[in-house]
Amino acid sequence: MTERIVMRSLLSRVLGTVLLILLLGGVLVAGSTWWNGQQAARQAYDRILVGAARDIAESIRIQDGAPLVDLPVSAFQLLAQAPDDRLYYAVLDAQGGLVTGVDPDLRIRPPDSGNGPVRFFDDALNGEPARFVLVTRRFVEREFSGPVDVVVGQTLRARKAMTRDLVLDALLPLAAAGLVLMLISFLVIRSALRPLGALVDDLAGRDPYDLTPMPTARLPSELQVMLGAMNRFMQRLDGQVEAMRNLISDTAHQLRTPVAAIRVHTETAMTEADAAARARALDRLLQRSRSLGTLLDQLLSRALVIHRTDSAPRTPIDLREIALEIMERDDRAVLMPEAELRLEIGDDPVMVRADAFSLNEAAHNLLGNALRHGQPPVSIGVQRRGGEAVLWVQDSGPGPQDSVIDRLGDRFNRNAGTREQSTGIGLSIVTAVATAFGGRIEMSRQAGGFRAALILPVGEGVE
Amino acid sequence: MTRLVLILLCALALLPPRAPAQEAVARFGGGATGMLMRSTTDISIIRPVIERFSALNPDLAITYEQWGSNALFEQSRVDCRGNGLPADAILSSAVQQMVWLVNAACAQPYQSDATQTLAPTRQWRNELWGVTTEPAVIAYNRRLLSADQVPRSRFELLDALRERPETFRRRIATYDIAESGLGFLFAYSDSLEATTFGALLEGFARVEAVATCCSAEIIAGVAEGRYLIAYNVLGSYVLNAKQADVGLVLPDDYTLVLSRGFMIPRQARQAGAAARLLDFLLTAEAQFLLTQAGLATEMDASETGLAVSARRNIPLSPALLVARDPNRRDLLLRFWSDTFRQAEIP
Repeated sequence: MTERIVMRSLLSRVLGTVLLILLLGGVLVAGSTWWNGQQAARQAYDRILVGAARDIAESIRIQDGAPLVDLPVSAFQLLAQAPDDRLYYAVLDAQGGLVTGVDPDLRIRPPDSGNGPVRFFDDALNGEPARFVLVTRRFVEREFSGPVDVVVGQTLRARKAMTRDLVLDALLPLAAAGLVLMLISFLVIRSALRPLGALVDDLAGRDPYDLTPMPTARLPSELQVMLGAMNRFMQRLDGQVEAMRNLISDTAHQLRTPVAAIRVHTETAMTEADAAARARALDRLLQRSRSLGTLLDQLLSRALVIHRTDSAPRTPIDLREIALEIMERDDRAVLMPEAELRLEIGDDPVMVRADAFSLNEAAHNLLGNALRHGQPPVSIGVQRRGGEAVLWVQDSGPGPQDSVIDRLGDRFNRNAGTREQSTGIGLSIVTAVATAFGGRIEMSRQAGGFRAALILPVGEGVE
Repeated sequence: MTRLVLILLCALALLPPRAPAQEAVARFGGGATGMLMRSTTDISIIRPVIERFSALNPDLAITYEQWGSNALFEQSRVDCRGNGLPADAILSSAVQQMVWLVNAACAQPYQSDATQTLAPTRQWRNELWGVTTEPAVIAYNRRLLSADQVPRSRFELLDALRERPETFRRRIATYDIAESGLGFLFAYSDSLEATTFGALLEGFARVEAVATCCSAEIIAGVAEGRYLIAYNVLGSYVLNAKQADVGLVLPDDYTLVLSRGFMIPRQARQAGAAARLLDFLLTAEAQFLLTQAGLATEMDASETGLAVSARRNIPLSPALLVARDPNRRDLLLRFWSDTFRQAEIP
């Protein structure tokens, strides 16, 4: 349910933002169209005012030394372009006396500023805002000389109506476009978020033990990145779970036989009356216990290696150092104190990207196997072969039988035929390390004996 | 105490005498709400219409005052400045004065379905509405003029005046435009309409036409046979005179059509009642009553034989302000009197 809420809120957030942008844009556009419309209406009706005023000015003639206005109807028909507006007109002589006017009691005084032949000004007409124009006509006649002012005014109804019409004409299509945009963005966002919903449904309906990767096909690239990361995480988890399961079953499997043997030896020692036979049984018991200790070490080491190959960061490592370290570890002395050990390494570093501990363990096990099962002298070598780095251990014996070689590295290759101390675990560690770092194991019979090699790709970008 | 009475008496004496400027008063209905209507229309003519409205609105007590147009105009201007007792509704035939009042912000707006259906020429600003349809006609005496002698247009009238001046000498009547607001309005409209106006005035002057003030006098004169022809008489008055001898012609070059202007003053105290009256006047029923009263004439071409193109409504528009312009008025009056004077000289 929470996923649904998150999804809805994403949708509503994006939609809200789109709406906000549209609203802001709408307000801006509305403001500018309103301003433009007002300018256009003002210009249009100002022209009408001037036209009417000029008409009236033209109709003034001088009769008996005084101006006389034969008021033209055309001027008023012009003003009637704003059919619902009240109007004002007055013709004033040079002294400001009224020649004629709509209402002798109503005098609109133009502001003093400006002295052009045509002056616009705003004033109230009978309590309603109105626009006025003053047009001056100058007479130079024998009987009369001087300016005559014509003031014509009109209320603003038609201007406001024109402004409103212009604004509406511009805004209505815009509003419709805005609605369509909202609808489109709603659909787009919803369709974009739909894979997320499917993903959520998939995850919610998934079996908790199902760690198989989720399908990434037909997903947007942003989601693919996320899903890829998730799939890798699940894969690692899957690997860990698998490794754990293996460790448990291996351990149980490996321990069953030695523990049974120890029990048998212990029972023999307890029931044996003959002192020499008891001493023999106790001796076997000791050997079995030691071998069990080694086995446990190996099992732990293998679990550790498998864990580390999954989780430890890869670092550049020189294989020669691994070989040197193995040589210097003294536990081989416990196995074969008298064995002769040789080191064959070059001058150039042989770099790989891996985990040093895991490599150490792998090399240690290779060496251990050679010392246990092979014949001395044993040599350890590191070399570079093209794009591959090779760490090998070679003994002077003939090596195991082919059938054994084929099964080397498997987890359970202990069978009745193998010797007590032999465990398959050592090689399985090497195999695990090789697989983890993209390499492999190679068994071969050389001229000087049997060689087991761990082959890894040369670490790129490290020298 | 006596001093106070004296002061009061003095104050009363100083007040302008409220000389009743109205010509007649009639009261309709006895409702609780008083409504004052001022009109230039004769009570006797419009009575059935107002009676019907009163019957439909029993809550109203209507006072109907009949005024002369100029007096009504002056009173309305005073009311508009807030100095008088304002009417609730004004109905006047002097539409140029009504337009002036609306232009001076003396009216209040009203809108209803009925007012919306009015033609644009019959309303202005939703503050002035033309409620009647009254043509300006040529009236003639049926006894003295045979049907074929009756001029059907201004051209025929001109020709008649030219051809038989002696027949018509002193027997043509028209309004004295200086005296009659309505006569001035018609003369002004004629002067805008056609050049025949000047020729007609000269013709009138030549036959010593009589310019007189009042519709009633003109129509009575025609009925008696003192006048053969009366020019530009309001058709409604001719119909209402109910004189069998008076015939009526709608000039077929053009016929002026007047719509009386209805206005609700800004200061009206019963604006709602006035609006009800307006809506009523525009109903089919009221229009029928107005037709009966002669205040609304069917102007259909089939009825009158008058082409639609010859019909000239006097539009309720600010252009009518020109008719009230003092200069313009002086010019027209001067032209009028000059023409008549010149004719007298030879």
